[in-house]
Amino acid sequence: MIDPAYATDALIAEDIEAYLAGHEAKSMLRFITCGSVDDGKSTLIGRLLYDSKMIFEDQLASLTADSKAVGTRGGEIDFALLVDGLAAEREQGITIDVAYRFFATEKRKFIVADTPGHEQYTRNMVTGASTADLAVILIDARKGVLTQTRRHSTLVHLLGIRQIVLAVNKMDLVDYDQGAFDAIVADYRGFAQAIGIEDFTAIPISGVAGDNITGASANTPWYAGPSLIGHLEEVPVEADRLAAAPFRMAVQWVNRPNLDFRGFSGLIASGRVRPGDAVRVLPSGKTSSIERIVTMGGDLDEAVAGQSVTITLADEIDCSRGDVICAADMPLEVADQFEATLVWMAEESMFPGRPYLMKISAVTVPASITEPKYEIDVNTQAHLPSKCLGLNAIGVVNLSTDRAIPFAPYAESADLGGFILIDRLTNATVGAGMIHFALRRAHNIHWQAIDIDREAHARQKNQRPRLLWFTGLSGSGKSTIANLVEKKLHALGRHSFLLDGDNVRHGLNRDLGFTDADRVENIRRVGEVAKLMTDAGLIVLTAFISPFRAEREMVRRMLPEGEFVEIFIDTPLEVAEARDVKGLYAKARAGKLANFTGIDSPYEAPETPDIRIDTTRMSPEDAAEAIVDNVLDAWSPVI
Amino acid sequence: MSLTHLDRLEAESIHILREVAAEAGKPVMLYSIGKDSAVMLHLAKKAFHPSPPPFPLMHVDTTWKFRAMYELRDRAAAEAGMELIVHRNPDAERQGINPFDHGSLHTDMWKTEGLKQALDKYGFDAAFGGARRDEEKSRAKERVFSFRSANHRWDPKNQRPELWRLYNARKAKGESIRVFPISNWTELDIWQYIRREGIEIVPLYFAAPRPTVERDGLILMVDDERFPLREGEVPVERSIRFRTLGCYPLTGAVESDAATLTDVIQEMLLTTTSERQGRAIDHDQAASMEKKKQEGYF
Repeated sequence: MIDPAYATDALIAEDIEAYLAGHEAKSMLRFITCGSVDDGKSTLIGRLLYDSKMIFEDQLASLTADSKAVGTRGGEIDFALLVDGLAAEREQGITIDVAYRFFATEKRKFIVADTPGHEQYTRNMVTGASTADLAVILIDARKGVLTQTRRHSTLVHLLGIRQIVLAVNKMDLVDYDQGAFDAIVADYRGFAQAIGIEDFTAIPISGVAGDNITGASANTPWYAGPSLIGHLEEVPVEADRLAAAPFRMAVQWVNRPNLDFRGFSGLIASGRVRPGDAVRVLPSGKTSSIERIVTMGGDLDEAVAGQSVTITLADEIDCSRGDVICAADMPLEVADQFEATLVWMAEESMFPGRPYLMKISAVTVPASITEPKYEIDVNTQAHLPSKCLGLNAIGVVNLSTDRAIPFAPYAESADLGGFILIDRLTNATVGAGMIHFALRRAHNIHWQAIDIDREAHARQKNQRPRLLWFTGLSGSGKSTIANLVEKKLHALGRHSFLLDGDNVRHGLNRDLGFTDADRVENIRRVGEVAKLMTDAGLIVLTAFISPFRAEREMVRRMLPEGEFVEIFIDTPLEVAEARDVKGLYAKARAGKLANFTGIDSPYEAPETPDIRIDTTRMSPEDAAEAIVDNVLDAWSPVI
Repeated sequence: MSLTHLDRLEAESIHILREVAAEAGKPVMLYSIGKDSAVMLHLAKKAFHPSPPPFPLMHVDTTWKFRAMYELRDRAAAEAGMELIVHRNPDAERQGINPFDHGSLHTDMWKTEGLKQALDKYGFDAAFGGARRDEEKSRAKERVFSFRSANHRWDPKNQRPELWRLYNARKAKGESIRVFPISNWTELDIWQYIRREGIEIVPLYFAAPRPTVERDGLILMVDDERFPLREGEVPVERSIRFRTLGCYPLTGAVESDAATLTDVIQEMLLTTTSERQGRAIDHDQAASMEKKKQEGYF
């Protein structure tokens, strides 16, 4: 039952030392299998584990029992049951997450990322592909190249996987027909070239019957190429390619046990390093040379891409977590604006302008999408105009970071060019991206230093600038109350300005509609204008529905600590709708007004507003009085 | 120079350990004294050398571990220069919960509840564990960074995607992360690494004549006088060793003559049963581990 390719028992039994010496020298290959349940993916992986003796007798016994109970192979061993891990999946008969499997042959240890093939699981496939050296794309020989084959290939290519295997499966069901195989390969070649895949290896297999998995199958005498395992054992791994690139290492941890030792720890992203090598630290650009490569087992003469090391430098220069140490003559670029491919992974859509956290190598920095360029239809590879990206969507965008960071294009280094975006409120990983290049304008626009600063402006007006941010449903009374507050401030001799939602939409934001994406941009612009006005020393009042927490939080972060005052005009929907001052609720209910907050677009009420006004218990006049009191009490009004 | 699979696994684990040390507020390493813990501790020493690992070791004790395990525990922590925290669930201690009389309640109270108590008591927000993905089907899908709600629950449908080497360690107050630095190691990798690095492990992994009884298909070692013998049971001396170590009344031994590390690896390679077979917890039903983990079991 055990294929000769794995028949090592004799060596293990007779010369274990020789076996272990050989096994310790094995290399490691990580690959991903792409295909749907119907393509026999789980069966193929189950077969690889089974043939490589990764299945033990007790597991086999439970597998045999499971095969009889829920198997789809009429009581025969159903290899797919070996790999479908979570209970929910076993019931539904589909794989819904990324699972990692392990097996080894005489030459290599393998880590397989097993991911679902359906379109709604694009994010899982992208996750599995991100660490893979190679992708096995499964095709059902009876069906040929399908939409999903094109989708999987597109994703694999986007993630920069250079080694692609086209495994034409279920050859047993087409009578091992060479014509069928050749036609599929020719069809795929045309597609692959069109999307830029330079090369691939096609292998006719049967996961169920075991043809061309570990050795040449007698059923396909017309096929002279390698078996699947034979090929996986021979392809070059990504780490070896990276070892030939220039030296680069992001600093993860500064090791400082005492005043005499200062080591910089990290995983070498590319290249090699030796004591004495000249290096440059980015983003500062300071140079030094490598003093020692320190390990617990003694200093090393050389370290190479893929190793986790601690190095010390000959000079005392500034270097901390997130900095990149690189070959002095081949430094990385440093930039704060980029073009990138972005894969969206969250239920809540990506909106331009919304602030996210970007984690790239060991740096986490605030970032936002400045310009969505287009969305890629992963089935047809067409470019679609799009302002926001939904779950599983892939697009090309421009983004900017709060400060300049060292990076490499993703095509050169996944470690220095791949990033994730994190939601600032939920902390969820919402997107993953691959940097193409830095945008030129980032190099050319600099902050202009101004002598009369915001302090000077405020002092002249003898007041502390503030932004009173009124938020609430349409018809809640924001504009009415804000207007009264401003009149009172004016009467008290304060310098103020009221930015009203409707008025701003007649001018500055006349190009924006009411989609979620436009609402985000609307608030971003208003935030920027309000910030300029507070820089000028004014007390700014804004009256915008501003339905999303994230944008209100974004504006709060634009201003110095304490200057943003969130005032929640709390009017229940029924009350606001009953008032319906502008007749908008009636229109929305009649379906004549889309994306109306409270009706078919959400309002995310503030959880901890600085001031909350319950308009069912307080008149606008009293509310304004209370706000002015609160405001003047809370701040010393005069500098 | 091309890296071997053990080199790459080691580099990946060290990267994970450092990432947590850099991003977590108050990390801790859970130490179970088994071979996987021994490897994890060794990796931590390597990751931060010449500093000691910047977090304490914590053993969630059940009072029912093998005596040989307790002996190694204290020495291993001292040699690593790390603080050792031992937590025993006071409720279980008071009620005298034990594996002989209380069945699965023993695991629930000492281990699952004990762990939650200890994490809450010290306010740890990240805990390293030595679980491997090849151990069990539901482990194969768990992330390296696995999030737990404020009441320690795991939601397998709501895991964060993990791409490249980028781990998102951000969390809200009260939430915590379990981190598995040796996720991608197999049992064979562990043994080979122990051999390559000369890591000390509990002698129970090596065969020796030990007093045993056979019960419910498992060979159990009579490790101390608390072992209640059933009527007619007489401890028999057998040459045995253990493939995993836990509470001695719950851990089945295998009959073996493999007295050295090389013998053990040889036997492992030629054997036909998986290592978890000696554990009572997995036999209940196929999805039992997944259920236990949702409830907070490591």
